[in-house]
Amino acid sequence: MIKVIIIDDEPLARSMVREYLTSYPDVSILQECDNGFEGVKAIGQHKPDLIFLDIQMPKINGFEMLELLDEPPSVIFTTAFDEYAIRAFEAHAVDYLLKPFAKERFDKAIQKWMAARQTAPVSVPAALTENTSQPEEKNRVVVKKGNNIVILPVHTIHYLEAFDDYVKIHTKDGFYLKKKTMSYFEKTLDPKEFVRIHRSYLLNLQELTRIEPLEKDNHVALLKSGVRVPLSATGYTKLKEVLGI
Amino acid sequence: MLARIVRLPYFKFTLWWAFWTIVGTLLVHKLNFSWAVSFTDAAVTQLDWTIAGYCLNAALRYMPPSPKNLLNVMAFTLVVAGLFTFIILPYGMPLVMQYVDSSGDYESFLSHSMYVRFVIGWMQLLFVAAISWMWHFIEEQQQNQSLKSDTEKLAREAELSQLRQQLQPHFLFNSLNSINALVVAQPELARKMIQQLSDFLRGTVKKDDRQLVTLEEEIHQLSLYLDIEKVRFGYRLKSEIKADDTSRAGKLPPLLLQPIVENAIKFGLYDTIGEITISIEASVIEKQLVISVTNPYDPDTSQPKGTGFGLNSISRRLYLIYFNNNLLQTTAENSRFTTTIKIPQL
Repeated sequence: MIKVIIIDDEPLARSMVREYLTSYPDVSILQECDNGFEGVKAIGQHKPDLIFLDIQMPKINGFEMLELLDEPPSVIFTTAFDEYAIRAFEAHAVDYLLKPFAKERFDKAIQKWMAARQTAPVSVPAALTENTSQPEEKNRVVVKKGNNIVILPVHTIHYLEAFDDYVKIHTKDGFYLKKKTMSYFEKTLDPKEFVRIHRSYLLNLQELTRIEPLEKDNHVALLKSGVRVPLSATGYTKLKEVLGI
Repeated sequence: MLARIVRLPYFKFTLWWAFWTIVGTLLVHKLNFSWAVSFTDAAVTQLDWTIAGYCLNAALRYMPPSPKNLLNVMAFTLVVAGLFTFIILPYGMPLVMQYVDSSGDYESFLSHSMYVRFVIGWMQLLFVAAISWMWHFIEEQQQNQSLKSDTEKLAREAELSQLRQQLQPHFLFNSLNSINALVVAQPELARKMIQQLSDFLRGTVKKDDRQLVTLEEEIHQLSLYLDIEKVRFGYRLKSEIKADDTSRAGKLPPLLLQPIVENAIKFGLYDTIGEITISIEASVIEKQLVISVTNPYDPDTSQPKGTGFGLNSISRRLYLIYFNNNLLQTTAENSRFTTTIKIPQL
């Protein structure tokens, strides 16, 4: 029995996949979801072998949804946008179906997945691509706290801190963890708003109130929240450059 | 008729010659010569100067004003004035004058007035040079101006047509995907959707920005679009259109509303999870057709900044048609995002 979940915000797009899947008797569709929140919940609950995933969806897109999963299943993307193909394969997608797709093309994708599953266990590495991102991802960060999915508009982020394989995202309501690297955020967030002031810190300029000298040549940044964040020598130079002082 | 005469190539010079001939005749008559003698003197002299002036004017077309050319003009006019006054006139004038002047007084007058004639003639030529330069300058300005406005017009047309053609291909692909899904399960609905899609697409091609359409027509085109989108998104998408008869008769450039509504649908559908209603309201206020499109959004997770591409191109189109940058405005309050356009009614 192959467990499948279909995630797409358009009902007819889901029924298309469902119809194509009727020719596979050993496939069982456990759930259909019309947004990423439901998708995360359903995947956690059913642990499917394979999901069909749309990219443009309400609230969080398909890539953001995948980032929230601890053990992502195999993914076949279904979308009308061809510009995300590269990113999809970087996300270790099994295949990328461009809507509208023919049954033959769909069958090929399924065969590809079956073949790959027999030779090696198909698992998507959790660390997704860091090269490309959707425009909306410049304005928000999607995180998970317990079972809740939280969308953080970037202006609510005070600063980001490196934390092993994760990044701690500090806000006024505490911090959130996200399995990404500092360089991902440095590349994605607007460099006019966020400055890498230290190997382990990325600062929202809006939060800075003062730069304080520490012993010798060292400095710290004082934030509006009262928190002090260390500045490296290069970080200090970069900060002065951005602030124009 | 008059305008056509004025445009004749020699008209200005004939007028020039006639004017100075009258002045010259009066002047010479004052010195107690007969009208016939005065007129002949003036006419022949001025014919010489006018021919010289005509040549000068033609030459100056290819010699733009510059210090070097000014020197050339000075030298040229000096030589020509000298040639006419001291060589052509003393031999030419008596040939004509012998038929008119019986007294013989004229010959001594001619030889005595040589230097005065030379100076006046030279001044006249310089005057012609100055006017020519001014003419050519104005002419060139006008040519440049019309060339510039032609170029601008072409660029504007091209930009407008490009802006109109920005129908999102994703809309088409997603619609085709929906039809694909309907073909087996609900063939009747599939056929209906193909019809709607075709009607909609037909309405988006071959539209000229200057051929305004009524709001009624735009609403019809919009309904085709909304019906397709409702098939795609199912229960999540609702719409309402409020427009009275006055506003329905109002005129606007074609295909303006659909991109605004498309933007509102995308914003509304992708920013919230439940059902959404897109409201379209139209009214005529102070000779302006005011249309507003409203969609819900989530103020906690998104801040509508500016307009986004779809609206930028609408704003640009309105500017190119009406030369006014304030015809598109957006407001965001109480979780409702509203796009308002104002179309001047003539």
